[in-house]
Amino acid sequence: MGNLATFSSTMLYTAIAFYSIATIMFGVTIKDKKKQNKKGMTGTIAISITIIGLIAQLVYFITRWIAGGHAPVGNMFEFMTFLGLSIVLAFIIIYFIYRLNILGLFALPIALIIIAYASMFPTDLSPLVPSLQSPWLYIHVTTVSLSQGILGISFVAGLIYLIKQVDQKKRSKKNIWLELILFSLIACVGFILSTITFNILDYSATFEYPSGDRTLTVEYNLPAIAGPQDGELITEGANGALFEAPGWLQGRNAAKKFNTLIWSFATGLVLYGLIRLVFRRRIGAAIQPLLKNIKPDLVDEITYRAVAIGFPLFTLGGLIFASIWAQIAWDRFWGWDPKEVWALITWFFYAAFLHLRLSRGWHGEKSSWLAVIGFAIIMFNLIVVNLVIAGLHSYA
Amino acid sequence: MKKLKCECGHVNPEGTVLCEACGKPIEENQHIDGNDKTKLINMRYDGSARRSLTYNRSIIDKIWSFFSSVKVGVWLIVIALFASALGTIFPQQMYIPAEAVSRDPAIYYEAHFGILGKIYYQLGFYDLYSSWWYMILIALIGISLVICSIDRVVPLHRALKMQKPKRHETFINRQRLYSESTNVSNEEKQQVVKKLEKLRYKVRSDDGHILAEKGRFSRWGPYVNHIGLIIILIASLFRMTPWLYLDDYVWVREGQQVVIPGTDNKYYIKNKEFILEKYDEDDEQFKDALELIESRGGEVHKNYQTNVIIYKNVDADLPGAEPKLEKVLEDKVWMNNPLKFDGYTLYQSGYQQNEFSSMSFKIHKTNDSDQEALETFTIDLTAPETEYEFESGFRVVMDKYYPEYYLDDGEPRSESKYPKNPAFVIFVYPPQTDSPEINFIGIGKNIDATGENKYKLGIVDFETHFASGMTLRQDYTLPFFGLGALIFMIGVVQGMYWQHRRIWIHPKDKSILLAAHTNKNWFGIKKDIEKAISDTAIQMVIDQQEVEGNEKNKEGHNG
Repeated sequence: MGNLATFSSTMLYTAIAFYSIATIMFGVTIKDKKKQNKKGMTGTIAISITIIGLIAQLVYFITRWIAGGHAPVGNMFEFMTFLGLSIVLAFIIIYFIYRLNILGLFALPIALIIIAYASMFPTDLSPLVPSLQSPWLYIHVTTVSLSQGILGISFVAGLIYLIKQVDQKKRSKKNIWLELILFSLIACVGFILSTITFNILDYSATFEYPSGDRTLTVEYNLPAIAGPQDGELITEGANGALFEAPGWLQGRNAAKKFNTLIWSFATGLVLYGLIRLVFRRRIGAAIQPLLKNIKPDLVDEITYRAVAIGFPLFTLGGLIFASIWAQIAWDRFWGWDPKEVWALITWFFYAAFLHLRLSRGWHGEKSSWLAVIGFAIIMFNLIVVNLVIAGLHSYA
Repeated sequence: MKKLKCECGHVNPEGTVLCEACGKPIEENQHIDGNDKTKLINMRYDGSARRSLTYNRSIIDKIWSFFSSVKVGVWLIVIALFASALGTIFPQQMYIPAEAVSRDPAIYYEAHFGILGKIYYQLGFYDLYSSWWYMILIALIGISLVICSIDRVVPLHRALKMQKPKRHETFINRQRLYSESTNVSNEEKQQVVKKLEKLRYKVRSDDGHILAEKGRFSRWGPYVNHIGLIIILIASLFRMTPWLYLDDYVWVREGQQVVIPGTDNKYYIKNKEFILEKYDEDDEQFKDALELIESRGGEVHKNYQTNVIIYKNVDADLPGAEPKLEKVLEDKVWMNNPLKFDGYTLYQSGYQQNEFSSMSFKIHKTNDSDQEALETFTIDLTAPETEYEFESGFRVVMDKYYPEYYLDDGEPRSESKYPKNPAFVIFVYPPQTDSPEINFIGIGKNIDATGENKYKLGIVDFETHFASGMTLRQDYTLPFFGLGALIFMIGVVQGMYWQHRRIWIHPKDKSILLAAHTNKNWFGIKKDIEKAISDTAIQMVIDQQEVEGNEKNKEGHNG
């Protein structure tokens, strides 16, 4: 069994490698197009590598399923990894409809960031608690994840549209917002980089802090910038906190999470600064020329098409299947748990998106902004609601 | 009501923008759909009269117009979205953790979240989703759904049932996709018709005018999905009534048999056994994860289940009669596997392991440092006996029993009848005596009131048992929710993945006018037309909107 689990994680690394190579190949297609104005070999190679990567990740999924005895969608690592797979799968499907190479250059890095982010959580095979032991686990979770993958493609298309269309000649509200979106992606990379770095250094600092009438301990794996309130460092040789996290931060290990957030931001800022130094303009402005040959209408169509597929799928997986399972497991199909509420919010949002687009003609830029916001809501539900707002769905 | 007669002879209702029969724009109403300012005509509902855009005099008209607006609908959705998010900032009342210092919202929120929590509580956000204003918001969305749908489905129905092949020329040449061709032979026209039929268009003709149509049913999609949503909203209204929905909770201790609340004393449940399983720490595959969890002081449960027997009291309707129980079924209930019987569903919801089922005591000499047992006895706490006699002559009398003992101003009392913290006053009669030695004994307590007792009691052993928490549900509204969800999904798919495509062929003198309209996916209909007219003299349609757009763009650049 141990061997199978090891093989499984090797396959995940293989997939990551292939996705990375494919991203570079999709990057090359831009130059390709400039020279000759027809479909080149590079695109075909790039999509082939992507498909090989997807197959590798499917092998990871299946072998982990066998090794663990349940579908690997039971904790944060497994779910986020599967979301990465869904984004790649959705990209491949959309690619074969529209044959747009540039989509790969954006979709694959997003998938990569998500998988890398997933790997920051405990990756051990873990047993299922009684409430998760149901076939509905994979029916519900896989449909939700696939729908979110497709909605992720609408985000990617929306982002491409915005980078191409938003005027970068002078600073405006729009391109500052766009820059903020790009920065948040970089901050994710910052999170991954700082976590990996201190993982390699094997950094650990334990604090003791009072909580009510008990004393709790928390282990920091990143140097503490913000320590727990009234916390006391008990690891020898480690650095103490620069300041204490504000007291209104609640929940388990809130101060530690806050510290991680600071690190992600700080590393992200450094990265962003470096990129700005190299290009000497806004990142949006730096990417814009690469998108010269893209037809905005086509990208806009992809945004809509992805939502048109993703919305019904999300309704099915995120609300209907979810309700059926909740009825079986928790004796009520709807209970206003934060995760459920945010699924409803996501649904409301995309319903508004479709009404605005189909009835009120919100196409192009407006629709792209909405696609970006929609995916931000999905990510909020995945990350913030799981990790910060405690509820029945906090499995990580 | 004012009627509008078109030159084709058809009489249209007030507010019609395009004649229902021939499609000729009705001059006085062009402002309604904004056709007066554009080259193309607005094809929404084919220009049929919409109540909301026609009448705007009485208060009812105004309310109707208000709710039929998509803009208002979207605003309501957006408000509901933000309102829902508000409720997730802090836990809702029902999710206040059991281990909280106080589960009283008035105390909990302020104690945990400070001033923000206090405001949250005072604004009533701790029970936001049952608040009057949230309910009203959802009701407004429901009203908007109904009115929006009716306002549009009526004109749509009128427009779709009419669909005449013969249309007025202005209707044709103001379509988005349009072309004019000359020298088209009759054979070529027939060829196009055949090809369109092959593409699964329904073709009808009238006096040389042809209408090819496909996917009309998709137009009903939005209304079908709205009906689904309305059914769901109505079902949730019904669910608030006690007739269709029952929710109850019962604690049953192992071995205990109790009446199930909410069933009018009709059903009894017996807890035969409660099983709690944990994952094996030595389990190869999960070893690492389990170690990590244990290092944090947690443990992972594998299963908890109750083996139950359900009885039915056949004499439940007879007042005053002794319950006469008949076994309905014997089964197990565990997480994700509720038990169904006679329209009820029983769920494994929780458990407690803090009740004592029995306690064993021994009697030893007070001055015996080895505390050697002279006698032992066991008190069964589910049915405690008061007297215990032994062959050696010892006699023990349980004088007082406090199942959940606490001291109330120096007075021993019991909090409840559940043996969570049992304590006893026990009289020990040594052999051949009539005066008892008095002992007060419980967990962690062993008091000799007089200090002169020659014999002492000691607790040797005790057993605890589980109490299983079970939820009982009876919900006749579930099928309605299911139906609503199903209809919603059908409607969404129907409206989203099919398009209503129409192609008109309009003979004019010696030339042929070709026009086409679709409610979505213009790329697709252009492809269909390309296929249909290949190898004929018919010109490919031009996208007049694109042409217009390009011209506008040019103007923009020049200006």
